Amino acid sequence: MPKYIAQRLLLSVPVFLAVVTIVFLVVRVIPGDPATAALGDYASKEAVDALRERMGLNASLPVQYGRFLRDLVRGDLGMSMITGASIRDQIAHALPYTVELTAVSILIGCALGVPVGVYTAVRRNRLGDYVGRVLSLTGLSVPAFYFGILLILLLAIWLQWLPAVGGGASDDAVDRSRHLVLPALTLGLIMTASVARLARSAMLNVLAQDYVRTARAKGLRERAVRLRHALRSALVPIVSVTGIWAVSLIGDSVTVEVVFARPGLGKMMVGAILQRDYTALQSVMVVYTGFVVAINLATDLVYGWVDPRIRH
Amino acid sequence: MGRPADPALTSAPGGGRIGELGRLWRTFSRNRVAVLGLALVGLVAAASVGAPILTSRSPYEQRAQERLQVPGERHLLGQDTFGRDVLARILFAGRVSLLVGLGSVVLGGAIGCVMGLVAGYAGGYAENAIMRVVDVLMAFPSLLLGLTVLAVLGPGLGKMILAIGLVLAPAFARVMHGAALALQRREFVEAARSAGATTPRILGIHILPNVLGEIVVLASLWTASAIRVEANLSFIGLGVSPPTPTWGNMIRDGTPHLLNAPWLSVFPGLAILVTVLAFNLLGDGLRDVFDPRLRE
Repeated sequence: MPKYIAQRLLLSVPVFLAVVTIVFLVVRVIPGDPATAALGDYASKEAVDALRERMGLNASLPVQYGRFLRDLVRGDLGMSMITGASIRDQIAHALPYTVELTAVSILIGCALGVPVGVYTAVRRNRLGDYVGRVLSLTGLSVPAFYFGILLILLLAIWLQWLPAVGGGASDDAVDRSRHLVLPALTLGLIMTASVARLARSAMLNVLAQDYVRTARAKGLRERAVRLRHALRSALVPIVSVTGIWAVSLIGDSVTVEVVFARPGLGKMMVGAILQRDYTALQSVMVVYTGFVVAINLATDLVYGWVDPRIRH
Repeated sequence: MGRPADPALTSAPGGGRIGELGRLWRTFSRNRVAVLGLALVGLVAAASVGAPILTSRSPYEQRAQERLQVPGERHLLGQDTFGRDVLARILFAGRVSLLVGLGSVVLGGAIGCVMGLVAGYAGGYAENAIMRVVDVLMAFPSLLLGLTVLAVLGPGLGKMILAIGLVLAPAFARVMHGAALALQRREFVEAARSAGATTPRILGIHILPNVLGEIVVLASLWTASAIRVEANLSFIGLGVSPPTPTWGNMIRDGTPHLLNAPWLSVFPGLAILVTVLAFNLLGDGLRDVFDPRLRE
C-alpha cells in the first residue's frame, strides 16, 4: 500500500504539469491576442505593444513557458492585469470558500448517492426504483445553476429558511454554515443523482453473480449478503466513477458560485473572463488544476483501499 | 447508416442494409424510453423550428409599459424587463441551443473520431502522443475547459460551437481509439488488408461502420451535455450576444427579478431541462437498442 500511494503521488506530478502546460498554451496559441483582447478592438497600436511588453508576450514561447513555470514554483502568480492587485492574495481569500463548498457537496453526493443506488437496485422494478431512476435522470439533466435558482425560490424566498446569497460573515461559523447549505445542496444533490445511477447498475451487476447466490444459499441474512458481500465489491467501480463526477462537480461549482453570489474561485474566474484579465484567468486555472489532481489522487487512494487486489 | 461492406453487419440472416435498419427500428420502437426520448426531441425541434408559426409575437418587440407582466391570457408565460414576450423568446432560443448542441457534437465527433482512429491504427509514437493529450483533457472538467477556450476566442455562435466541439473531441477520440484497437485484429480487417485495401479504406469502410452504433449513442448523450454546457456559458454571459435570446441568457437576465418575477428564470430553465432530458433519454434508449446485453 505505501508503494501504491507513492506511485500515485509521483504520477500526479506529470498530470499537473501537462494540464498547466495546456492552460498556458490555450491562452497563447489560440488566435487572438490577449493584449488586444484586454484593451479592446479600438486601442492604439502603441498601447497594445506596451501591454504586450508588460505581459511578457513579446518573448519567444519557450522563454515565456520557462518564466511561467519559474513563477509557478515560486508561488508567484503575478498581478492582475486590470486592478494591479496581487492574484495570490485574491486566491487566498477565495480558496477556502470553494474548498468548503466542493468538499461538503462531494460528501453529500457520496453519502446520499450510494444508499439510494443500493436501495433502487434491491427494489428493482418496483415503485421506489422507478421514482429513484426518474429523479436521478432529472438530476443528470438539470443544469446546476438552474437547480440552484429553484432551491433559492423554494427555501430562501418562499419558505425563508435560509439565506440565498453571499458567503456569510467570515468570522461567524454559524452564519457561514447557513450560507453554505443551499449551494452545497445544489451541487450535492446533482452529484447524488449520478452516483445513485452508477451505484444501482454496479449493484445489479454484482447481485447477479454466482457468489452472491452462494452467500444466500449458505443461509446468510439478506442484509449481510447485500452489504458485506455485494456492496463490498460494487464499491470498486463506484469509487472509480465517483471520482469523475467529483471532478465535474468542480466545473459546476463555477456557475453555482455565481448564482449564490458566493466569494470563491469560480466567481473570480468569471470576473477574470468578463474583464479579459488573462493573468488572473491563468492562475485560477492552475489552482483548479491542483484541485482536479487532488481529487484524482484521493480517488486513487480510496480505490486502493476498497480494492483488495491493490491493497495487498 | 453504414455501408454494408462488413461481415459483422451483413452476415446475419436476411442481411443487407434495409434488413439491418428494419431490425434496428423494430428494436427501437419497442423501447419505451427511446421512443419517449425521440418524441421529446422531435417536440423541441418542432417548437423551435416552427417558432414563427406557433407564436405571432416577436422575440424582440419591446413594450416598456408592459414590463414584468405576469403570465396571463395575452402573454402565456409573461413578459420580461423590456416587455418582450417570454414564450416567443423561449421558442426562438431553442434554435440556438439545438444548433450549438448538434453543431458541436458533429464538429467534436469528427475531430475526435479522426484522432482516435489514427491513434488506434497508427500505433507507436503518434498513438502515445494523441492518447496522452486525450487523457489529460478528459481528466479536466468540461465546463472549465469550455470556459477557458471561449474566454480566449470571444463570444459568438460559431465560437461557442468550436469551443464546445473541442471540449467533446477527446471523449470521441477515446471511444474510437478503443474500437480501432479491438477491430484491427479481427479477421475481416486482416482479410481486407491482405487483399490490398489502403489504410483510409480500411478505416472508413471496415472499422467506422462497426462502431457507428456506439458513436450514435454517445452523440445523443453528448448533445445533452453540449446543450447543458451552452446554457452554463450563456448564463455566465459568454454566449451569443444579446438581444438574441438563449435559455441561459434569459435566466441570467431573470435572476435579479427572482423575488417579483420568478417566471423569467423558471420557464427557460424548464426548456433546458426538457431538452437535455430528451437527449439523455434518447441516448439511454439507443444504448439498449444497440447493445442487447444491457437491455433490462
